[in-house]
Amino acid sequence: MSDKTASSSSAVSRRTLLGGAAAAALIARPAMLTAQTADVIRFGHLTPRTGFLGPLGEFAVMAADLAVEEINAKGGVMGRKLEILKEDSVNPQTASTKAERMVERDKVSAIIGEISSAACLTIAQVAQRTKTLYINTGGNSDALRGPNCNKYMFHVESQNSMYVKSCGRSLMQQGLVRGKKWFSLTADYAFGHDLLKVAKRFMEGNGGQFVADKLVPTDLTDFSAMLLEIRNARPDLVVCNLAGNQITNFLKQYSEFGLQFQVAGFGFDTALAWAAGKDNFSGTWPVVWHHLIDTPNTKKFVQAFTAKYRKPPENQAWGDYLAVKIFADTMNELKTTDSAKMIEHWEKGAKFDVMKTREGYFRASDHQMMHEMYTVQGLGAASKNQWDIFSSSPAVPGPGESLEVIAATAEENECKFAA
Amino acid sequence: MAAREADRSLSTLFLQHLANGLLDGVYYLLIALGLSMIFSLGGIVNLAHGAFYAIGAYLTVTLGPHIGFGGALLVSPVIVALLGVIFERVLFQRFYRADPILSLLLTFGLALVAEQTLRMIFGAPPLSYSIPPWLRGQIILGDFIYSRYRATLIVIAACCVAALWLLLNRTAFGRVVRAGVQNPDMVGALGISLSPYMMMVAGIGIGLAGLAGVLLAPIYSIHPAMGQEIITPAFVVVVIGGLGSFWGVVAAALLVGLVKGATIGLGYPQWSTAVIYLMMLLVLLFRPRGLFGERIQRFE
Repeated sequence: MSDKTASSSSAVSRRTLLGGAAAAALIARPAMLTAQTADVIRFGHLTPRTGFLGPLGEFAVMAADLAVEEINAKGGVMGRKLEILKEDSVNPQTASTKAERMVERDKVSAIIGEISSAACLTIAQVAQRTKTLYINTGGNSDALRGPNCNKYMFHVESQNSMYVKSCGRSLMQQGLVRGKKWFSLTADYAFGHDLLKVAKRFMEGNGGQFVADKLVPTDLTDFSAMLLEIRNARPDLVVCNLAGNQITNFLKQYSEFGLQFQVAGFGFDTALAWAAGKDNFSGTWPVVWHHLIDTPNTKKFVQAFTAKYRKPPENQAWGDYLAVKIFADTMNELKTTDSAKMIEHWEKGAKFDVMKTREGYFRASDHQMMHEMYTVQGLGAASKNQWDIFSSSPAVPGPGESLEVIAATAEENECKFAA
Repeated sequence: MAAREADRSLSTLFLQHLANGLLDGVYYLLIALGLSMIFSLGGIVNLAHGAFYAIGAYLTVTLGPHIGFGGALLVSPVIVALLGVIFERVLFQRFYRADPILSLLLTFGLALVAEQTLRMIFGAPPLSYSIPPWLRGQIILGDFIYSRYRATLIVIAACCVAALWLLLNRTAFGRVVRAGVQNPDMVGALGISLSPYMMMVAGIGIGLAGLAGVLLAPIYSIHPAMGQEIITPAFVVVVIGGLGSFWGVVAAALLVGLVKGATIGLGYPQWSTAVIYLMMLLVLLFRPRGLFGERIQRFE
């Protein structure tokens, strides 16, 4: 810099000086950021904002913002202001790099988010290496709670087994399992394969059988040829284990072709039902939470969210809102951000208000949140508006049962935390 | 008896797959024809073509509640075509004679801007839109049952293809366009400016993409990135059919639909999208000009 100033004429020195000042300000900024760290608590938020999971990621971000706003209005975390750094996780590799930067450079006290199970896995590796706690809010794969489980990763999102077992109960009650023929469509990638494995285990254990078991490429948008196959096979139940926009496409075209076989699926998000619309949404689907649950805290959350964003929250919003609140409440209660102390507290069975009829807790053996699930069914023409287009089952498991009956058992999905 | 019945139902199923495959190809056709026209006349590979398809769908969702699906079917493609004309005048026309990489970059950028703009205006979550009640239901011809909406869709698409063919082959306008594709310099030397023709071709091609957006809005998921979903298979159709060949694109679109449908019908749905790329690979290896591609001197 000084060399250049010396060699340039006096006419440009003023510009050089300004440039130098600007550069100095830029260099000084990170230092100013670190200086502020004492006054704020930071959380890192990572979730897909683009790609086929982007629409769900948008709900996650809106909900995380709302949670932070509410926490700061009540005095923040340990008397300090809560800040949330939000990034598009893009893909597993980028998610890992960004998680690392959040911990190393921005000194976040916790990481929250994700929808893709593959990205959960890479973030969890960073969490373990840096001893930072991570709450998974949207990755369903059983493997994350089994072979790939991790001491520093907790899950408010339910695992595939919980989705299958709660939806399976509804199907049993409707007499759609024992001795019945299933036609199954499965998204041809890791999530679909994991879900298919769990679904198969349930079906075979309860006396159902596949009349067809088809893998569907993730970029297939037109299901007409599949619908012809389904009409020809005359199954008792069509099981749709697809993901994202494919579910919406499938439901719209299923209704277009006028097929009357029962439909169910084991992986689902309410935004996809809204996108299909009341004329097209049908079938039996499991959800981790929905905006029509009749509890005071769900009503409060739905009201605050709708007031801020002019649409009700979907289940992905619930996950990220809850995770931010759980971290903030725990830190306030324990008066520390120390990961080891929080893990100990949670593993001892700390209870959380999860906006449902019963409180939830993290199961110590695999860090899965034990909480109630629901199944929803399309209302069709009886829908009141564009959002309230389904009816809900009561909470599963029922009031007299252990919350753990719908989760994978240790034999089905064993987790051994690395020391 | 049972065996004969099974035979009959199998052959009906095969016929249905055949018909359905042809229909599936029609969606690609509306997109691919525009792509091919804009490329063969202007030398621009329009990567933003899918974005205009998405805009057509979003216009339908916006206008549908006010003017009905029928109204949106007429108005939306016209609005999209006008947008196409504006983009052609302001941007595309500067790149007709330039290095193709520049127009690739331009249209790629446009596609990104369009997708983000849709996301900013309408939000990332997909929007809902349904088939209007008067187009719902099934057509039943003996054993053959098919969606009434899709049957309507193919009639509309077939009319568009026929109209376009007549326009290109039976009018003075078409003669100039075809001459411009073969030898723009000679057309210029004859004292005819291609500029207004290029504007019209861009408008028509992009309007067709908008029309596809309207037609597919009731049966596909409507989200900001929906353009990306359709643009790749449409390019495959253009490559297989051969650039600049009208019937090549038509034949390739139907062929792609058929092969895709047959793959699912034979019980291998997991290969149904891979197989069209395989077809493209074979065509590129053994007949790089495409099945019906004409020799266009300036591209060789």
